[in-house]
Parts: sequence; structure tokens; C-alpha cells
Amino acid sequence: MKLTLADRGFRRAATVLALSVVALTFLLACSMVVNAMPSIQKFGWRFLSTSTWDPVKEVFGALPFIYGTIVSSILALAIAVPVSLGIAIYLAELAPFWIRQPLSFLIELLAAIPSVVYGLWGIFVLAPFLRYAIQPFLSRHLGFLPLFQGAFYGVGMLTAGIILSIMIIPTISSVSREVFLAVPFAQREAALGLGATPWETIRLGVLGSARSGVLGAIMLGLGRALGETMAVTMVIGNRPQIAASLFAPAYTMASVIANEFTEATSDLYLSALIEIGLILFFVTLILNIAAQALIWKVSGKAGRGRGA
Amino acid sequence: MKAVYRRRKVVNALMCAVVFLCAFLTLAPLISIFGYVVSKGIASVNFDFFTHLPKPVGEPGGGMGNAIVGSLILVGLSCLWAIPLGIAGGVYLSEFGNSKLGAAVRFTTDVLNGVPSIVIGIFAYTLFVVPMKSFSAVSGGFALGIIMIPTVMRTTEEMLRLVPATLREAAFALGINQFRTTMNIVLKTALPGVLTGILLAIARIAGETAPLLFTAFGNRFWHQGLDQPMAALPLQIFVYAISPFDDWHRQAWAGALVLIAMVFLISIVSRIVIYLRYRSFK
Amino acid sequence: MNEQVNVIDLNAYFGHIHVLKGINIAIEQKQVTAIIGPSGCGKSTFIRCINRLHEVVPSARLSGEVFLDGKNIYAPDVDPIEIRHRVGMVFQRPNPFPVLSIYDNVAAGLKLNGVRKRGQLDGIVEESLKMAALWDEVKDKLGASGVSLSGGQQQRLCIARALAVKPEIILFDEPCSALDPISTGKIEELIFRLKQDYTIIIVTHNMQQAARVSDRAAFFLLGELIEFDRTEMMFEAPADKRTEDYITGRFG
Repeated sequence: MKLTLADRGFRRAATVLALSVVALTFLLACSMVVNAMPSIQKFGWRFLSTSTWDPVKEVFGALPFIYGTIVSSILALAIAVPVSLGIAIYLAELAPFWIRQPLSFLIELLAAIPSVVYGLWGIFVLAPFLRYAIQPFLSRHLGFLPLFQGAFYGVGMLTAGIILSIMIIPTISSVSREVFLAVPFAQREAALGLGATPWETIRLGVLGSARSGVLGAIMLGLGRALGETMAVTMVIGNRPQIAASLFAPAYTMASVIANEFTEATSDLYLSALIEIGLILFFVTLILNIAAQALIWKVSGKAGRGRGA
Repeated sequence: MKAVYRRRKVVNALMCAVVFLCAFLTLAPLISIFGYVVSKGIASVNFDFFTHLPKPVGEPGGGMGNAIVGSLILVGLSCLWAIPLGIAGGVYLSEFGNSKLGAAVRFTTDVLNGVPSIVIGIFAYTLFVVPMKSFSAVSGGFALGIIMIPTVMRTTEEMLRLVPATLREAAFALGINQFRTTMNIVLKTALPGVLTGILLAIARIAGETAPLLFTAFGNRFWHQGLDQPMAALPLQIFVYAISPFDDWHRQAWAGALVLIAMVFLISIVSRIVIYLRYRSFK
Repeated sequence: MNEQVNVIDLNAYFGHIHVLKGINIAIEQKQVTAIIGPSGCGKSTFIRCINRLHEVVPSARLSGEVFLDGKNIYAPDVDPIEIRHRVGMVFQRPNPFPVLSIYDNVAAGLKLNGVRKRGQLDGIVEESLKMAALWDEVKDKLGASGVSLSGGQQQRLCIARALAVKPEIILFDEPCSALDPISTGKIEELIFRLKQDYTIIIVTHNMQQAARVSDRAAFFLLGELIEFDRTEMMFEAPADKRTEDYITGRFG
């Protein structure tokens, strides 16, 4: 086919615009690195391993924030992964057909709730509920563990972890469900033919083959949890400390950026906050790339969770 | 043998029950959030809420008119640049994207989709707020636009790919060039799907708070220019929610009700559009 | 000869499509029965009714009775899981569990049944692999993944997996359609040996294969059983004109 002038121009324009999105992403990465440079040069690796965060003396160590982000995300995964897999199994394998569409729509609606509304609900509904009902219960029955000791504030690591888990359940469950559906029916028949019960069929014929895709789904969820800002900021208590108890307030990387960025008066202070952002950026970047690769391996197409 | 068989049946029943519970217990937070937002917010949502400025602490009443208008402006600003760019990118991916370059673009888009929104806020801050020496609506619109682009781009691509190849071939056979074919025939056929993607992206950015904290920043007054700080509904909800005042808490719930109603409405409408339009393709 | 499977007035449906129409057939013990017919005639659906696998497909329905050793497997008190233990199945495409090793693939059914003792498992795995004529090829790599084998080996692995649970009947659903001639030959040889211990029902649309391996043959057309007879009778002197047309290659 002969390419007309208009066609060539059209093709070129579309290419240029698409590449500008790539350029924008590169610019984002570069700008983060450049602006974090003063802090990187000043503190080096100590930034990751020290706990002093003193804007007055201009000494910055991000350990408590890194710790808070990691622990709250692990907590979120500990709750969200089993629940999401349960949802995905039910929706892909067991639920009656008429229920599948509406139920998955409702669960995906959880992903549409804005983060700030989760935060509001967290402050006024979830935190009091945990403080007056759940935390006393945990402390009474599991109080011998350091995890469940100390005063009940309501806000703190536990609350943040629970809210995060609710927020990432839609991501993990919908991607896992797609991965399950991509497992060939022949695998299920192989198990059924051996006389497996429905649950054994899922275990033998589905979960095994879906393993790496599910891992990808979990990584997407983790990426979302690490970067989630508002809801966590509103319920975690914002205290930069490393405490053993899940009841204690903590702080996360995203929260400290949210709370202190506009107050950062000196360039080094701002640069330290941007370095925290840079770390978040890189960690979520790696998680997302790994997740896409894993999901692609199973389902032949990339899963797309909603970013945080 | 009999005991083993019975144990297997029990395990099966147990696991099916657990899985069922997972699915339905997850609806509990959804119902709780929805219930609280409606019951606590409905009393304060009235005409004033949409038309008045916030009142200072202690004075009851007042509204979030400025924040609602601000949010509309911010969303409008981001649509203004992100939709054309997103659609162009989507057209590229579906029409010319079966190459190494296309794969790279697709990959970058997915990366961009996974970047935490607070990081995008920092980027907009360094790109706009620092040189302009002021928080501004423009910087907020820029940040929200970046969040929009991946969604618009990938849904556009997917929707264009659903257009049957025969339609394109028919147009080429009539001697219509590729540009006209894509714009007038392919894009027009896929329009409902593309619009749905845009609606979903809007629903998402309308609720974004983190990237606005240090870009649009918030404002207690009505719109004062695009180079000035601007109020936004989610920002206002945040500020009111963490304040110690009961009046403000009530306003925060009302704001959440308005926000959630909007977001859910868009989600549901776009779902229905997709369902009605594309069930025949799938 | 006693009749092990007795099918009475079996009708099967997918949604509104009537795929099996009033099938009556009696299948004898320790014989190879071939089910032949053009694609889409309901052959596969028929054998999937014998281990109650038809019903796992959404929208599938069925009526009629299938007696296994005198007991109707569609009676309300019968558990399909128990039936599938007694009636093993080998599918059209080899479908070993991809994340399990060769050993675990063969042991999968046993483990479901609560056999956990290593020694007992080892014995049955070896015995099953030997019966499936795969032992010599895999005995040094039992820990390797099942999908690392060639297509023909995978299919024999699936046969070993089915044998391990010691079924009474084995259903083969076009087991060679995805295989090369050499692998096909091995599987046919295997089927011939297995009939000493098992009742075998094999779906095939390969006439030569049916002639080579089966004692009896049933010809299905458009969901109906047209003719059922000793294989050599059917091939030499078919009673029905349609059978003759099919066998001589006039359609299908």
C-alpha cells in the first residue's frame, strides 16, 4: 500500500506523542534522582540505616519510616493474601455463575473508594472499633507476644495494616482470578479424572499452575501498599519510632512526605524527603516489573493493578 | 479408606466454606464505609454545601463550594492535556505498536501506572512549583494528568484492538487512507469504550489527594487563577478529617459522600456502558 | 463374559443441544471397546458420562442410567468422586500436573486417598510406570518435572497416573490424536497389554487404530449409537449402510 503524506504524518505524530509519555517517565525518574542528590551525597547509605530525623540539626536517617512502610505492608499482605486468594478461588471456580459478575463488581468497587475516604472511615470507625473491641481482645489472649502489648490508641501500625489490606484486596483478588481463569481446563479435568474433590481439584489442577501468576498479583498488591499515602497517614499515628507492638503508632515513607514536604524549609530537608520518594519509586518500579513478568508467564498478558 | 474419604469430604466442605466467607466478608468493609458515609454525611449535604465557602471554626454551616469547583477545574485541567496524549498513545499502541518500540512504550506505561501518586506529586512540585515559586492549580492538573495517562492509553489501545480488522480492510479497500480510517472509522467505532476508559480515569483522579498536597495545596477561597493555590474536595476532606472539631468532621463526611457518590456513579455508568456495548465482542 | 458397564437410555445435553440420544449399550469386562464415529458425534461425551465427568461442564445435563457392576452411578446416593476412582481416564492431550515431578504425578491420586508411606508409594509408582512402559525412560529422573518429557512420554505418564489408583475401567479419549506414529504404536501396544487386567473403552476416529486394538466397536453418528458388534464383524460385514459408508471412508 502506498503511504500518503497524511499517513506518514499521522504515523509520525502518533509515535512522537507516544514517545513523549516515555520521555515524561524518564524525566520523572531523572528529576527524582537529581533532586535527591544533595541528601544522597551527604548521608550515603547511612540514610537507610539510622533513625535520627532532625530537621533543626539537618541530620536525616529514614530507618523508622522504612521500617513502618515494610511492617505495615507485610501486615497488609498477611491479611490480604489469604482473603484475596479465597475470593479469587470462589469467583473463578466455585461460585454459581449468576453471582460471579455482580460479586466481582462489588469487590472491585472497593478499589474505587478514594484513599482519603478510607482514611476518614479509618479515623472514625475502624480505629475506635479496634481500640475498644479488637485490641483488648488480642491483648487478653495473645498479650504474651510483644506484638500485642502496650496501650490501646486505636491509631497505629495494626490499624494501618488492616486498612491497607482492605485497599489491596481488589488488586490481588482480581489479578489472581484472571490467572486462575487462564489455567487450562484440562488441568482441572486431570484432577477430576483422578477422583479429586472440588477443593483437591483446585489445589492440584489450578493453584499449582497459577503459582507464579499469584506471586505477581501479590507483588502488585505490595507495590500498592508501599506507596499508599493518605489512608495510612490518617490512621498510623505518625510517630517515627521502631516499636515491637503493633498497637503502637508508627510512620511510613509516604506519610512523612505527605506531612512534612510543605514544611521543609531547607534544601537538604527537602532533598531528604525526595530521597525517600526516590526509594519508594525504585522499590515499586522493581516490584511492578517483576509482577508483570510473572503474570505474563502464566496468562500471556500483563495484569494491571491500579497503582497507589 | 473410609476414614480418609470422610476426612477429604470434611476438608473440602471446610475449604469451600472458608473461600465463600472470604468473598462475602470482604463486602463488610464496603457496606460499612458506604453506610457510614451516607448516614453521617447526608445531614450536612444541602444547597449551601455546594454553594458556600467553608465557615471558620465555631460557626456552623458553610459548605465546600470552592473545593467542589476546584476539583472540577483540576480534573478539567488534567483532562485537557492527558486525554489527547493518552488517546494518541493508545492509537499508536494499537495501530503501530507491534514492534520493539511499541513494547517499550507499553512497558513504560505500565511502569508509570505503578508509580505511587505521592511520587508524582513530588515530580510536579519540582517541575512547576519550584520554578513558579507558588503552589498552583496548573501543577495539580499536571500531577493528576500523569496519573490519568496510563489508564486512558491502555483502555484506548484495548478498545481499538476490539474493532474488527475487516472494518479497517474495508476502508482501505475503498481507498481511504490510514489517517482517515483510524480517525473516522476505527476510533468512532471504539468511542464508547474509549470514553469509558476516560471516565474510569476521571473517577480515579477525582479522589486523589496525595499528589495535590504540595501542588494545588488547597485554598479557603474561591478560584483565584490557575497560577494560584486551589481548593480540592479530597484535600478539604483530609484537612477536616484530621482536625479536632466536630463541625469540620461533619463537613468531612458530607464531602466524602459527595466524592464517593460521584466516583461510584462514574464507575457504575462506565461498567454498564462496557457491558452493553462489548458483551457481543467477548 | 459379564457386562461391567450397562448404559440404559442415556441422553446428554449441552444447554439446548442434544448430544447423545437414547444410548443403550453393554460393555464387557476386560475387553477393549472402541467408540468410533465422525467428530462431533458425541463419542467423547459418551465416555465422559461413564465417569461422571460430563456434569462438570457448565450447562451440561443428562438423563438415563449407567450401571457399573450392577449399581446405577447416577443414583442420588452415589458420590461422583468414588466413581472417578473406579473409572480412570486418559485425555486427548497429555495433561500431567505441570508443577509436580514425574514421581508426584503418578503418586497424586494415591496421596489424595491418604497413602502417605514412602515405601508403599515407591512400590506403586514403580509398578505403574512399568505397566505404562515408561519406567526405563524415567527411572533416573523421577524428580524432574512431568512436562519436561516428550508428548508421547507425557501421555504414558498420564496412563501411569491413572493406573496407580487401581481403577476397574480405564477410559481413553483419543489418546493418540496429539502424538506421532511411534508414540502411537507404543500406546496401542500398552492398551493391548492392559486389557488383561482392565476394562478399556477407547474413543478414536482412526479406523485402523480401532481395528488394531479393540475387541468390540461401537459406531456413533450424530449422537446415536448406530451399530455395536465385534470389531472384525463390524469391519468386514457392517450391518448398517451408514457404518459401511463411514468405514469405507465415504464421509467423516
